[in-house]
Amino acid sequence: MDRLLFGDNQFFGINHMSEEKARAQAMRFQDTDAIMAVLDAAYDAGIRTFMCTTHDRIAEVCDRVRANPARYADFQFYPCMPYAHKYANAVTEHGMFGALSQFMPEEGLFRTALRGGAALAAKDVEGIAKLLIDVEMKMFAGLKTPVVLIQNVFTDLLLGMGYTRAFRVFHDHVRDRYGAEAGFITMNLPMLHRALEAEGIENPIICSNINKIGFRMCGGPELYAEVLRSGRVRAIAMSVLASGAIPAEEAIEWVANLPGVQSIVFGASGRGNILNTRDLVARHFPAAPEPAEA
Amino acid sequence: MSRKIKVGLAGLGKMGLSHFALVNAHPDTETVACDATGMLVDMLSRNISNRLYRDYDRMLAKEQLDAVVISTPSRLHGGMVRAALDRGIHVFCEKPFCLDWRESEALADLAEARGLVGQVGYHYRHVGAMREMKRVVEAGALGRITHVLAEAYGPVVLRPKKQTWRSRKSEGGGCLYDYAAHPLNLLNWLFGAPERVSGSVLGSVFSDEIDDEVFATLSFPGGTTAQLSVNWSDESHRKMSTKLSLIGTNGRINVDRQECQVYLRAPVAGLPGYGKGWTVRYTTELTEDPWFYLRGEEYSHQIDDFVRAVRDGAGRAGENDFRSAALTDRTIAMILADAAGETAAAPAALPQPPAARRGLGWFMRGREG
Repeated sequence: MDRLLFGDNQFFGINHMSEEKARAQAMRFQDTDAIMAVLDAAYDAGIRTFMCTTHDRIAEVCDRVRANPARYADFQFYPCMPYAHKYANAVTEHGMFGALSQFMPEEGLFRTALRGGAALAAKDVEGIAKLLIDVEMKMFAGLKTPVVLIQNVFTDLLLGMGYTRAFRVFHDHVRDRYGAEAGFITMNLPMLHRALEAEGIENPIICSNINKIGFRMCGGPELYAEVLRSGRVRAIAMSVLASGAIPAEEAIEWVANLPGVQSIVFGASGRGNILNTRDLVARHFPAAPEPAEA
Repeated sequence: MSRKIKVGLAGLGKMGLSHFALVNAHPDTETVACDATGMLVDMLSRNISNRLYRDYDRMLAKEQLDAVVISTPSRLHGGMVRAALDRGIHVFCEKPFCLDWRESEALADLAEARGLVGQVGYHYRHVGAMREMKRVVEAGALGRITHVLAEAYGPVVLRPKKQTWRSRKSEGGGCLYDYAAHPLNLLNWLFGAPERVSGSVLGSVFSDEIDDEVFATLSFPGGTTAQLSVNWSDESHRKMSTKLSLIGTNGRINVDRQECQVYLRAPVAGLPGYGKGWTVRYTTELTEDPWFYLRGEEYSHQIDDFVRAVRDGAGRAGENDFRSAALTDRTIAMILADAAGETAAAPAALPQPPAARRGLGWFMRGREG
């Protein structure tokens, strides 16, 4: 994994501080050209990995990248699935199994089974899960996706319920079908790490908030530090600035000095911020990416 | 180390699964659950270690429960809550509490008489920015509050759609019960019971049977009026967005889930950090990390409050007790009655609240034809 990964919250009206800012960003980025302009700035600054939700809009980004393989020779995606609100709204509208059947391919036994309310064998549940992953992965066909992650709402729902077998299913499916490594986004790193090890998933890729003020680090900074020191995790740090509560240089320097942190994911809307973050990471986090050949 | 409490989750729909995950991850609980959907129970019971039931009464009979968490369609709440209270079991119930506010009041009486914790899932009262708004208002910082705009928008019903319980008014479906209940509950939190409700409109946008938008004017003691504007057919919001704007003689507050913006014409005693002009505080700085995070600190904190109240033998809920939720149910009933009075074109006689246990059937039968 590269030291610096580019995130996508800013493109979709997600801002943990302000709904007004979120709306302004949603307006600015409703045109895919605007998204591409920022992604181009990041790519030209040497940031090759785009960690993104499987939002419908990302399909348009995928089309652009696919259409210009020379320009984007080193561009890679870390898909994060699923786009949870799509499912949450569908569950409100169609009920639990009705919603699932909405996302199944038109023709198929599972859709029929879900609609009919038939009993599902364990392998059927796995089959449905794999189909859902495939549906989410469709937009990335022909593109590089070396790591595929589960979004935190799903990871943490499954974790809380103790349905940790699903992590194994996900892990194996993205490896077998896509030749990718599985990653897990969470707000509860210590608990998730225990669960993944119990499922036999060794040295997992876990993306979670890691920041100097302990913002949304459930389980507490001490337990986080313990897991990171164990040498049995590859952590991607997000919310490094804690939504702007920590100055960038101080925040990045602190995270860079933690053992176990392999990458930082960050979001930015402008070239200045992108370059600034890249340079801070290059200074404080050894093995920062070289600028790509344009 | 205190003992673990045994909690039974009833209903594993969208809210139920979320509550299940939070309760199950709590260090002080042992968790069992039930859901009437056999397919779901079958599937889960093969994949998680908790005991699962298809029947609520059976779960109550078989397990020595300390508490239940009820996340079933709203029409079922009353009977299920009563069954638990009768057995001496503490109850957390999803909102809205009961479709008949008299039943809500009766259940509040019962819980209080038996010294049981009864809490309802109005999670906005656990949002850091909302709590800050309450604190600022209670400090008297806004002076006399003359008006509030209480809004909620989101993308739930965006086209004519398939039937679920949420699309049936008789089961507690509709934007009034599902969405408007939240801003109404916040108004009750700040101002208590409205004296009068007027100008209520329950409008359908895409739905056949139910309201997709709700507007009403509420008059509170002391001269505060509130305008309610709610619409769950609004795709411009990524998810439910609830916002209150309060105007008083000494300033204004704009508050949503993320931030609390306060403008004061003059600082007030007892509110350090708030000077003349704007002060903005964010939920992120106002909220402590919970033991487990799923989809917002507020969901974790309300479950934690409940579990602690049960574990510590508090005998009552900290925030969102049954009595306060009954007040919101009553406010909802006032809006329904007001809207019905308008459409019946009989302004002389406002409909009386429905008789106990009959729910709002008198009104619904009219609407459902």
